[in-house]
Amino acid sequence: MSEKITGAEALLRSIEAEGVDTIFGYPGGAIIPVFDRLYDHGSKLNHILVRHEQGATHAAQGYARVSGKTGVVFVTSGPGATNVITGLSDAMMDSTPLVVITGQVSSESLGSDAFQETDVIGITQPVTKWNHQIRTADEIEWAVARAFYIASTGRPGPVVLDFAKNAQNELIEWKEYKKCDFIRSYIPYPEVDESEVDEVAAIINEAKSPMIISGHGVMIAEAEEELKALAEKADIPVSTTLLGLSTIPTSHPLNKGMLGMHGNIAPNMATNRCDVLIAVGMRFDDRVTGDVNEFAKQAKIIHIDIDESEFNKNVKVVASIHGDAKTVLQKLLPKVKEAKHTEWLNSFADDEKLEQEKVIQSEVFPAEGELKMGEVVHKVSQVAGANAVLVTDVGQNQMMSSRYFQYTAPKSIISSGGLGTMGFGLPAAIGAKIGAPERPVCFFVGDGGIQMTVEELGVILQYGVAVKIIILNNNFLGMVRQWQDLFYSKRYSQTPMVNPNFVALAKAYGIQAEDVESREELDEAIKRMMEYDGAYVLNVKVEQEGYVFPMVPAGSTMVNTVIAPGEKYQSTK
Amino acid sequence: MEGKTLYTVTIFSENRVGLLNQISIIYTRRKLNIESLSVSPSSIKGVHKFTITSYSDRETIEKLVKQVEKRIGVLKSFFYTDDEIIYQEIALYKVPTEKLLEEPNLEKIIRKYNARILEMSRDYTVLEKSGHPEETEALFEDLKCHDIRQFVRSGRVAVTKDINEYVTMFIEERKQAKEDMR
Repeated sequence: MSEKITGAEALLRSIEAEGVDTIFGYPGGAIIPVFDRLYDHGSKLNHILVRHEQGATHAAQGYARVSGKTGVVFVTSGPGATNVITGLSDAMMDSTPLVVITGQVSSESLGSDAFQETDVIGITQPVTKWNHQIRTADEIEWAVARAFYIASTGRPGPVVLDFAKNAQNELIEWKEYKKCDFIRSYIPYPEVDESEVDEVAAIINEAKSPMIISGHGVMIAEAEEELKALAEKADIPVSTTLLGLSTIPTSHPLNKGMLGMHGNIAPNMATNRCDVLIAVGMRFDDRVTGDVNEFAKQAKIIHIDIDESEFNKNVKVVASIHGDAKTVLQKLLPKVKEAKHTEWLNSFADDEKLEQEKVIQSEVFPAEGELKMGEVVHKVSQVAGANAVLVTDVGQNQMMSSRYFQYTAPKSIISSGGLGTMGFGLPAAIGAKIGAPERPVCFFVGDGGIQMTVEELGVILQYGVAVKIIILNNNFLGMVRQWQDLFYSKRYSQTPMVNPNFVALAKAYGIQAEDVESREELDEAIKRMMEYDGAYVLNVKVEQEGYVFPMVPAGSTMVNTVIAPGEKYQSTK
Repeated sequence: MEGKTLYTVTIFSENRVGLLNQISIIYTRRKLNIESLSVSPSSIKGVHKFTITSYSDRETIEKLVKQVEKRIGVLKSFFYTDDEIIYQEIALYKVPTEKLLEEPNLEKIIRKYNARILEMSRDYTVLEKSGHPEETEALFEDLKCHDIRQFVRSGRVAVTKDINEYVTMFIEERKQAKEDMR
């Protein structure tokens, strides 16, 4: 039985057939036919009306990353489409599956500079995994099926479908929807080469001081158990990237912490001592490696990744396995011999102790003085519990929260890692809460970042999204201030901020809110926030000129780690 | 182009709108200037072939080729140095006939370069020569004194010296993979 339906209706039926139940979007002239059909799909498709299209993409990212599903966005042409570029770039960098439908002017007007026409295909090409312009209704099923297949498989990424208005209105015969499972030029899950696995296993089996780096790819592949099994069997310490946090619980004895510019000292220094470095699902970002020419020079680097173009892109590797992290680790595990590296593992202790004494103690457990970002994060994390999801914005709040949050469950961090998008956090937290309504979502943000996408408080108001928002407010663009402090003679060019009354602002949106100005108020305020059934804003006045330490200066090496203003790390080895 | 080598990149792709843009973006990001570009249907039905030359170093071109191959719609991509391929380009020269007839060694030149006359009218003559860039360039130099009005060169086309036809093998493999899934 076939029936005649419009292209707009065909789009909605197609995405329903893909299992979509949530859409983040904003209507406009060139997408009205789709929104008109949406009116009748309310029972199956939950549309969240954001307040700015950028918010739609970040919300979809938060939703996708917490749920493992593909985030879906509907926006209009022209400015609606150009407003999604930041989110697309962010999703491209952080391998997040999105299908973004942009309205487009009618095919016959294309190229004529029609009202709200933009060359969306041209603009989005560098920041999408795939894009396609739908000009006739009979392409819809094919395009949607490919879009979901491409976005969600292999190394995930954003896809744009630019949907011309004439195709939305055109009538077509609707038949059964067929999902895409094959594209000749695209091999999302390559067959793992056993000889590569053998080679890597042999290197690991001979290693005296091996270390694992667990990245976002482990989370995407849901390979947390396999990673843990490998680490435990061969007694290998694990470090993570920022987006790899929560791929191994914070409390696991082999978890040695986060790598990178603001990572933990012990694993950072260990990159200079290990003999084998096993990188799983990560891409050697410069924020992880510092100066790549000095990074882990002595080590045999092994790279396991689903994206072949990452091999030897930033660092030279001695062996690689091309494949999905879960599949590869499953194949690797039986070939890796049981081992004990007690002495090697113990060698982390001195640096751990040093960081604890020189950095963590004063940041997380200060006895006096102004509130510290680290202590706020630590306390929120303790109350939020094991199942909580951390969402961060970008800057000092991001580094502090990622460093001091406790991770128990997988998929517990959502942060803009590659692009470093300020303003990412609020909509991403909303999306995360919608994607995982049963999990507490704690969102840490600075006074700068919250104002970049503050309009999305309207979404919290309209849909009652129960996110816990902690503003670490220092009246500064703190991370830039820190760089100005350390490297630009404290010339605070355009970083001090005069801020609105955030509590009044939140209340204007009907959101519970309170100020926290002293240590005495903190515990009770956090308790009230976490116990409250609904969204909550804590505006916490923290130390104005706080620092995120340790810090490996940009382009420098681990040995130049700074642990306090003017104080460099001294090796105890 | 000090320290740089001329690399020939060949790309086999589906015949789809926008792929050339996607490929050229990858060159642009790495600030590689495209010296020549030729795109045409390949010997395989429905498969297009790009041949692109640019000066680069091996490491950069290796990374570029992997990033090109990652794009959806690209089937296979390879890179070669000149000694790994047989390559050719074609050049056309438009010269005022009057001037050309003044050349005492016209026959000699045409023979020397193995050039062809495609068209001759009262006003102008069009010569054609195929060969390596230095050969087409040399003929241009010899004809320069005759007031050449137009001189155009095609992009490079190339075939490999390798005995294996990797694209055909790849397409066969993918066909098999598709059948195995059904």
